Amino acid sequence: MEATPRIGRRRTDWWGVLFLAAIVFCLVACFAFLLTLLGDVIRTGAPVFRERAGDFLTGNLATRPEQAGVAQAIRGSLLLAAVVVVIAFPLGVATAVYLEEYAADTRLTRIITLNIRNLAGVPSVVYGLLGLAVFVQALGTDLAGGGLTGGRSLLAGGLTLAILVLPIVIITASEAIRAVPANLREAGYGLGATRSEVVRTLVLPSAAPGVLTGTVLSLARALGETAPLILTGAVLTTYMSSRPVGLVEQMRGDYTALPVVIYTWARQAKPAFKTELASAAILVLLAITVLCNLGAVLLRNRYERRRSG
Amino acid sequence: MTAVPVPPGISLTGDPRRHRRERRIRRAFLAAACSSIAVSIAIVLSLTGEALSFLRSIDLSSLWSSGWFPRRGQFDLRTLFVGSLIVTGVAMLIAAPLGLGAAVFLSEYASARVRRVVKPMLEILAGIPSIVVAYFAISWISPEVVRRIRPEAPLFTLMAAGLGVGILVTPLVASVTEDALRAVPASLREASYGLGARRVQTSIRVIFPAAVSGIVASLILAASRAIGETMVVALAAGGSGNSVFTTDPFRPGQTVTAAMISIAQGTDQVAGGGGGAANAAYQSLFFLGLLLFLVTMGLNYIGDRFVRRVRERY
Repeated sequence: MEATPRIGRRRTDWWGVLFLAAIVFCLVACFAFLLTLLGDVIRTGAPVFRERAGDFLTGNLATRPEQAGVAQAIRGSLLLAAVVVVIAFPLGVATAVYLEEYAADTRLTRIITLNIRNLAGVPSVVYGLLGLAVFVQALGTDLAGGGLTGGRSLLAGGLTLAILVLPIVIITASEAIRAVPANLREAGYGLGATRSEVVRTLVLPSAAPGVLTGTVLSLARALGETAPLILTGAVLTTYMSSRPVGLVEQMRGDYTALPVVIYTWARQAKPAFKTELASAAILVLLAITVLCNLGAVLLRNRYERRRSG
Repeated sequence: MTAVPVPPGISLTGDPRRHRRERRIRRAFLAAACSSIAVSIAIVLSLTGEALSFLRSIDLSSLWSSGWFPRRGQFDLRTLFVGSLIVTGVAMLIAAPLGLGAAVFLSEYASARVRRVVKPMLEILAGIPSIVVAYFAISWISPEVVRRIRPEAPLFTLMAAGLGVGILVTPLVASVTEDALRAVPASLREASYGLGARRVQTSIRVIFPAAVSGIVASLILAASRAIGETMVVALAAGGSGNSVFTTDPFRPGQTVTAAMISIAQGTDQVAGGGGGAANAAYQSLFFLGLLLFLVTMGLNYIGDRFVRRVRERY
C-alpha cells in the first residue's frame, strides 16, 4: 500500500536546532561581553567629558582628581608609537623582504622563520624584562651621562615595544609580499631589472596595503601594552612634572602612557580616580586602538576585494 | 637548440657596480633578518644571567615555603604556579566553549555576508587592550558575576581575573579554530550531506574530527596566551606583592606574571642595586621571566606542530 517513499516531508531536527541555538549563543556571548564592557565604561566615564569638556584631554596628571587629565599620557603614547614605527617598520619590512624575496631554503632561513614564530608568542612581560635588562640597564646607565637611552626613559620603553611588535610586522608583511603574483616579478626580471629593483619598484608597491595594514595592527597592539612599560619604568604615580623640553630630553626623560595611567588610576584609593577617571581614560585609549584596528581591517577588506575582483 | 655564441668583446655579466650594489643591498636585508635572532639571544642571555645569580644567592629551600614574599626571602613557586593554573583553567573554561561554538557557527552555518560582518568584529574584540579588560574585571565581572556565585567573595579574586583572561583569549580560540574548520575540504562535507547527514551531524561527526589537530592547537595557543597574560591578573587578582598559598579561586592570589609586575612596581628594586633581600627580589623577576618564557615557548611549539599537521593533511 504505502510503497512510495515519502519525499519532502521534513521533520524538525531538534538536535540541530538546539546545536544551532548553542553556537549562536556562543557568538552572541562574545559580543555581549564587548557591549557590556563598553556600556560599563561609557556610563562611568562619559560624565567626565560632559562636566569638564576638553579639560580632561588637555590637562596634565594631578594628585587632585578634579584637575587630573591625560594630556601627558596621550603625548607619551604618541611618542612611543613614533619610536615603534621608526624602528619596527623598516626592520620588519626588510626582514620580510629578505625571507620572501632573497632567502633560499637554507638552515639559516628556517631558523629565522621558526624564531620569528616563537617570538610572536612570547608574553609581553618577558619583553619588558628584555627592555629592563638591555635598554634600561645596559644602554642606560653604564655609559657616561646616563647612557644612550637615559635609563628609565621613553626611548627605553619605545624600543621595548618596537621589539615586541617586530614579529607581528614581519609576519604580516611576509604574507602581503607572498600574495604578490609571481608574474609581476617575472615581468620585472624579464625586462632586466635586478632583484632589488624588482623589490623596490614592483613587489613593495603592490604589497603596500597589506604591509600598512600589518603595521597599523601592530601599532594598535603597542598602544595597548602596559606590562612592558611598567617593567621599563613608566611613571606610576598620579603626578608627573611637565617641563617644556625639547624632543631629545623628552625621549630620555620620564614618561607615562595611556594604559599605564589607567592602571595607576584604577589602583588608587580615591573613588574618583578608580571609577570615573579610569573609565574616561579607557574611553580615550579605546577610541585610539579601535580606530587603528578598524582602519586596518577596512583597508585589508578593500584590498582583498580588489585582488579577488 | 644550440647556444648562440657570445661575440668576443661583449660581456653579458652586467655592470660590476650594479652587482656590487645588489650584494650590498642583499647583505643589508640579511642583517635585518638576523636582528630577530639577536632579539632571541638577548632575551635568553638577559634572563638566564640574572636568573642564575638569583638561584646562587638564595637558599633553594625558599623556593618551596609558605607563600610568595619576595622581600622577606620566601619565593614559593607553588603559590605562583597554582595561581597561574587556576587563572588559566578558569579562562579556558570560558574561552574553549565560546570560541569553539563561535567558530563552528562562522565556518559551517554563517552565510558569506554574516561572516564578512562578524569576523572583523571578532578581530576588534581581539584588539581590545588587556588593561581595559582588567578594569572591566574589577568594575563589572567581580561584583556582577563572581559575587553572584559566591556573595562573600572579596573584590579581587583569582576567579575574576580568570574570567577576564577568558574573555581576552576567546577571539584567539575562535579565529584559529575557524581557520582549521575551513581548511577541511568541501568534499568531506558534500560526502556527508550526500549520505543524508544533517548539518549538525556533519559538523560534529565529520568536520570536527577532521579538524581536531587545529582545534587542539587553538586551545594550546590560547592557554599559552592565558598563562602569559599579565595586566588582568595584576589588577584583578589582588596581587599586592605578597601572597600566601591558596587553591581557592574565590580568594585573592598571585600568578607568575602578576608577581613580576608587583616586584617591578617597587621603584627601589627596578633600578637594581640595593643589597640583600631587595636585590634577590629584583633578580627573582628574571628567574620568573625565564620560567614563563620556557613554559610559553614549549606550549607554542606544541601548538605550532599541531597547526602544521593540519596544513600537511589537506
